Amino acid sequence: MAAPKKGRSASAQSRPGRSLALILIAIAALTGGMFYSGHPTPRLGIDLAGGTSITLEAKNEPGQPNAINKTNMDTAVDIMNRRVNGLGVSEAEVQTQGDKNIIVNIPKGTNSKQAREQVGTTAKLYFRPVLTTEVSGAAATASPSPSASDSASGKPTDKASPSASSSATPSATATSQGRAVTDALKADTTPSAGSSASASSSASAGASADASPSPSGSADDDTAKLQAEYTALDCTNREARAKAGEGARPTDPTVACGQNSSGQWQKYILGPAEVSGTDIKKAAAVYDTQSAAGWKVTMDFTSGGAKKFASITGKLAQNQSPQNQFAIVLDGEVVSDPYVSQALTGGNAEISGSFSQTEAQDLANMLKYGALPLTFTEASVTTVTAALGGEQLQAGLIAGAIGLALVVIYLVVYYRGLSLIAVASLLVSAGLTYVLMSLLGPTIGFALNLPAVCGAIVAIGITADSFIVYFERIRDEIREGRSLRPAVERAWPRARRTILVSDFVSFLAAAVLFIVTVGKVQGFAFTLGLTTLLDVVVVFFFTKPLMTILARKKFFASGHSWSGLDPKRLGAKPPLRRTRRASAPVDTKEA
Amino acid sequence: MSKLGTLGARLHRGEIGYDFVGKRKIWYGISILITITAILGLTVRGLNMGIEFQGGAVFTTERTSVSVTQAETYAEEASGHDAIVQKLGNGGLRIQVAGIDTAQSDQINEQLAKDLKIDADKINAELVGPSWGDQVANKAWQGLAIFMVLVVIYLAIAFEWRMALAALVALIHDITITVGIYALVGFEVTPGTVIGLLTILGYSLYDTVVVFDSLKEQTKDITKQTRYTYSEVADRSINGTLVRSINTTVVALLPVGGLLFIGGGVLGAGMLNDISLSLFVGLAAGAYSSIFIATPLVADLKEREPQMKALRKRVLAKRAQAAAKGDSLEPQAVGEAYDDEPEDAAPAVVGPRNQPASRTRGRGRPSGKRR
Repeated sequence: MAAPKKGRSASAQSRPGRSLALILIAIAALTGGMFYSGHPTPRLGIDLAGGTSITLEAKNEPGQPNAINKTNMDTAVDIMNRRVNGLGVSEAEVQTQGDKNIIVNIPKGTNSKQAREQVGTTAKLYFRPVLTTEVSGAAATASPSPSASDSASGKPTDKASPSASSSATPSATATSQGRAVTDALKADTTPSAGSSASASSSASAGASADASPSPSGSADDDTAKLQAEYTALDCTNREARAKAGEGARPTDPTVACGQNSSGQWQKYILGPAEVSGTDIKKAAAVYDTQSAAGWKVTMDFTSGGAKKFASITGKLAQNQSPQNQFAIVLDGEVVSDPYVSQALTGGNAEISGSFSQTEAQDLANMLKYGALPLTFTEASVTTVTAALGGEQLQAGLIAGAIGLALVVIYLVVYYRGLSLIAVASLLVSAGLTYVLMSLLGPTIGFALNLPAVCGAIVAIGITADSFIVYFERIRDEIREGRSLRPAVERAWPRARRTILVSDFVSFLAAAVLFIVTVGKVQGFAFTLGLTTLLDVVVVFFFTKPLMTILARKKFFASGHSWSGLDPKRLGAKPPLRRTRRASAPVDTKEA
Repeated sequence: MSKLGTLGARLHRGEIGYDFVGKRKIWYGISILITITAILGLTVRGLNMGIEFQGGAVFTTERTSVSVTQAETYAEEASGHDAIVQKLGNGGLRIQVAGIDTAQSDQINEQLAKDLKIDADKINAELVGPSWGDQVANKAWQGLAIFMVLVVIYLAIAFEWRMALAALVALIHDITITVGIYALVGFEVTPGTVIGLLTILGYSLYDTVVVFDSLKEQTKDITKQTRYTYSEVADRSINGTLVRSINTTVVALLPVGGLLFIGGGVLGAGMLNDISLSLFVGLAAGAYSSIFIATPLVADLKEREPQMKALRKRVLAKRAQAAAKGDSLEPQAVGEAYDDEPEDAAPAVVGPRNQPASRTRGRGRPSGKRR
């Protein structure tokens, strides 16, 4: 803050007009900026504008004490953001708060229930058998994948399955959804002799771009409907992708999208879920040191999961491609579709492919936690309609107005003419606060919530205090017998120090609160800190110069009885400073 | 103005004044009593923790004709848990149900909508897990601890450690009183309360710092004079800033009072009310403690310093001497040499005791044209 240098107040004294002009220009510029930016009102917080605010708290998993870290939190925010905004929800905000909270704010006018499900549920991960798959969208008619061989397997339900051979390098899709889909799944142990297909030989899957799939199963109504959905599905379309398989029950077949190794979208018809994400006990990315085949992902199942997994892999292993594949479906999207080479009965399995370390770890994380690298619980869900928020805001504003009016009345009664300066300063301060809040909405995402309104109202008191300190100092000087102009200048350095010291304490409190706390408290602390800073600016660049100017006016300088600076009323000593005053005895008691 | 205005003038001159430091034992006693009551209240009655600390849901309805007791029955039937129902200023209801989770809340919401014959969309549901309030509170305590450490360091540097210690004691005192009042009266503790409490920190210290600032200034050259002991000067600085303290406190309490009136009186329960209530209690406690506790405590600590002890001895000796002479020194001295002009006066005081400073100085100068 621009405190004049010590002992240099003379310069401020000589050119008070300059400071005044400076701050008025600044206000004009900020106001202009506010209107120019198109945000003439502060952005309202969720509690005032209405909407839903969900606070999710990361839970510590047993045996994973360090899971809650910045990286994982950021990943979680990223995923949730995609989930919420994938809904077509606009302006939803997902942000970390503190070190283990994620706040999701969904403004009113959106389906908050759906959004809540999207965000709040951690894992919707299923293993579904692949019935049909093909490249979706425009790319389907073009060459599906450079490395895909044309070895049509001749199955009646022959579908486009452009999954490349396992030797193809999966494209490094760093996103957590849309994973390489050409991973081989095999037993953790070495393949037993009884396996129907060897892992590598069956890797070259059929890639005929035939777009007339006919899923196995009886052609009843459901199947026909599913077939129609599948035909219509265009996975290159983001909205269509989000809608695909929406509301599908785990027990029903469904359609889904996924990205293959070369980044192309593929569509699938998937059978009922056989194994769910909760059946996985553990998943990890490990480096295959034995065969030096690179990174792979290992999974351990729970006992129930192991049984289910054994049964599905047993069935799948006997099928031809692509029906020997199963899809790992996360939130309706296929993240991986490894083929099965044998029945896996050991309760553990591994997915191999040409993973990079990150890819393997991402996949392992997803298998472990569903979508999110952490598990979350809903710490609080707040639904506020605009009506209540509006009412509270209105009440807050009325309270602020009443408070301000009472303060003004008090100041006028007590300080008379001086209250002009105080009220003008309060108005400048209020105006600056408003403009800055409006500007900070789009720039740093500041949203005025109810506690912040309270903070602003409380700040009236803090701001007014600075004037009171200064005025009392001036009056003290006048009581010493000084005339107004020297009194104003002499009082300033002392008042300035007091104001700076106490504002610093106030600001410190606000800063600590802002850094340490979460949610609602933060908005409050921010407002408090902002207004404290503004208080300093206003006192230095507005109140003091204005006081200097007014001190030259006859009304104040002559000590008019309504100026609030009447020496007689203040009980000033007669002008001759060194005459002795006969005053009442005082302080005779011993402390 | 002017009774208060003249009061200010008289306080400034030292014509009147309350012996804050001299009567400190009384105020210490009162504060200790309040603190003990607060702690007793806290241990015996405990705090009435809001739903945010227990977990549960708060439903807020719009205007309805259903009575509070009726709504209570509905809510308990719908949830199977105890419900607290409050009437709001707008005719709506605030229904709190403890111990339910997300899934149940939608169900209860719908059931309530049916019972109260309100559109389900018109009911605001606020659902909180038990960890939410705890987390806010934990963060608050953490913030409090960090803030205290920082502020003590700051005050120790800007002022001195005794003042930092006294400010800390006053701060703890304020928090204890506020929490105690909450326990005794049984106001509900919500995150809003915690926010209010945290604000008190800054405010209580703000007030204390202003008084300390004046005290520091007035005691700058205290050892160079022999008229007043430290405690007396401290007393004068409290009295000198009393008008400011009163004005500041009034000006701070007015908006908060407005908030309390609107938030509590008109709207019924809610965040506004929670914040303003704890602010109101805390602000009042803060103003009290900076005057009656913090400054006397500084004086107490200061008087233990050897130089201050020596000063006191000198002052007392002089007074005894003066009393023996029958010469009343005090009245003239007040406000004359030491207090009114701390900057020019301090060196001048050293002159002969019953010669006012002005005379000394006058004599030293060529008569007539001074400037």
